[in-house]
Amino acid sequence: MGIILDNVNYVYSVGTAYEKQALKNINIKIEDGEFIGLIGHTGSGKSTLIQHLNGLIKATSGTIYYNGNDIYEKDFDMKAHRSKVGLVFQYPEHQLFETTVIKDVKFGPTNQGLPTLEIDLRSFEALKQVGIDDEILDASPFELSGGQKRRVAIAGVLAMQPEVLILDEPTAGLDPKGRDEILDLLAKLHKERNITIILVSHSMEDVAKYVDRLVVMNHGEILLDDQPKKVFAYYKELEQIGLAAPQVTYVLNALKERGCDVNTEATTVKEAADEIMRYAKLKWI
Amino acid sequence: MEIEYGFAVLGGNFLERRNDMSIIKAKELAFEYIRRDEQGNVESINRAIDGVDISVEPGDFVAILGHNGSGKSTLAKHMNAILMPTEGTVWVDGMDIKEEKNLWDIRQTSGMVFQNPDNQIIGNIVEEDVGFGPENLGIPTDEIWERVEESLKAVGMYEYREHSPNKLSGGQKQRVAIAGIMAMKPKCIVLDEPTAMLDPNGRKEVIKTVRKLNEKENITVLLITHYMEEVIHADKVIVMDKGKIVMQGTPKQIFSQVETLKKYRLDVPQVTLLAYELRKQGLAISEGILTIDELVNDLMSLKR
Repeated sequence: MGIILDNVNYVYSVGTAYEKQALKNINIKIEDGEFIGLIGHTGSGKSTLIQHLNGLIKATSGTIYYNGNDIYEKDFDMKAHRSKVGLVFQYPEHQLFETTVIKDVKFGPTNQGLPTLEIDLRSFEALKQVGIDDEILDASPFELSGGQKRRVAIAGVLAMQPEVLILDEPTAGLDPKGRDEILDLLAKLHKERNITIILVSHSMEDVAKYVDRLVVMNHGEILLDDQPKKVFAYYKELEQIGLAAPQVTYVLNALKERGCDVNTEATTVKEAADEIMRYAKLKWI
Repeated sequence: MEIEYGFAVLGGNFLERRNDMSIIKAKELAFEYIRRDEQGNVESINRAIDGVDISVEPGDFVAILGHNGSGKSTLAKHMNAILMPTEGTVWVDGMDIKEEKNLWDIRQTSGMVFQNPDNQIIGNIVEEDVGFGPENLGIPTDEIWERVEESLKAVGMYEYREHSPNKLSGGQKQRVAIAGIMAMKPKCIVLDEPTAMLDPNGRKEVIKTVRKLNEKENITVLLITHYMEEVIHADKVIVMDKGKIVMQGTPKQIFSQVETLKKYRLDVPQVTLLAYELRKQGLAISEGILTIDELVNDLMSLKR
């Protein structure tokens, strides 16, 4: 069924000098099992938007439906909703607070009021999914490396078994290998558990490689919403709003401008290499 | 003949002096984080830096790469005496960082910019924030204002001098932080992942500013980063792993070793990787391509 945002508006600090419309007429439908990338420069409304999805911020006007139910209805169970739509904030490791890794992960499901056995099962499963070894379950979260901490924090959300997982820049500050590990983990979760994933990212190379659908925000509005290769065709427009396309998009477009009849839709290294080789075999070799 | 003779005699001395010209120099540097239990007994020792020799010449732009936990930041913190070596020695502009009398001079010679802009800004107004450093150095008021103006212009933030820092974007805040360092007239700036928390535009702004300071003001720059695209203009790239320097060279030399970099949990810019793939598949492209233009030019030259 998914999530539907119907004409959602959000205005900060209404009636003060700082009044600012952060979201303008947002209409979007997110289907179950989609892997969506959400991009936009700082202040474009991405974070405000994702906080609407699990009810942390209430829209000034408009409606949000989750599986057909209006989340602003009086009898809507918001608490249950928040465990169905899991939100991983930026630098989630800053929110680790327990004395051991396992206790920290159990915090979420414990608050859901689940039986002890279920809490244990879910927590161990979540830690296994993010690739945390049993040996460090009793370690303090603060002894772990940056990448490990982040995976523990993600496990804490996974242990609540959300249907939708939203992550706000989950790879910020990680080294390249750490970035790939987190993104591969998300791809695996998406595939194996068929959960909906919404990934907020500044890295065009990353979103191009992983997501099926790309939503671009600017000044509180949805500017583009399509497959990555279609979105990156607007690379000049993206630059004007402080974004960019993956480097390979520029290479292909530059070749085209200089008279090579290449298809410019490639967004990953592999696709671009294939396209250039195809052309090279035809014309150059 | 006379010249040759003179040179030979001065040889030893000459080398000595060349060494002293380094703005930053580390010799057999090691640093250990020691964890103790409540009784003060040693629980564990983590050797974060393990025998590093480094020498940075004035005016250089040096980039330091390495995965999380490789020792980059620990190394950086020695460069203005936030950390003291467990073993070995570090000199900043010829001053041994272990000598306490040098502390103020060292911190004035080599300034640091950290990852999170919000942790580094203390003033209510941009120009006050930038003036904080020189004020603490006891600079006369007139000169402080001159320096504030100069530094804000150098980072392109002069129009914002009367703004409140918390209304600025991340990239703008980092540039204000850099201006704050510039106002202390350092010879060297050490930036520890200054762009990690910024969006692509903010990252571009900061890197452009740093490059300008390096080229126009001849400030020595040490840039620690995880973004491979940010180091392609450096004079020298250093790769760290497990507290040791494992690779050293020009960006071209470093980025032509794609497999080795992957071994150290690092990466290359996407265009470099594309060029590497195409080379592997038999196209005659030069090694270590770093920019989109380089690759496109090489490809176009394949035309029959």
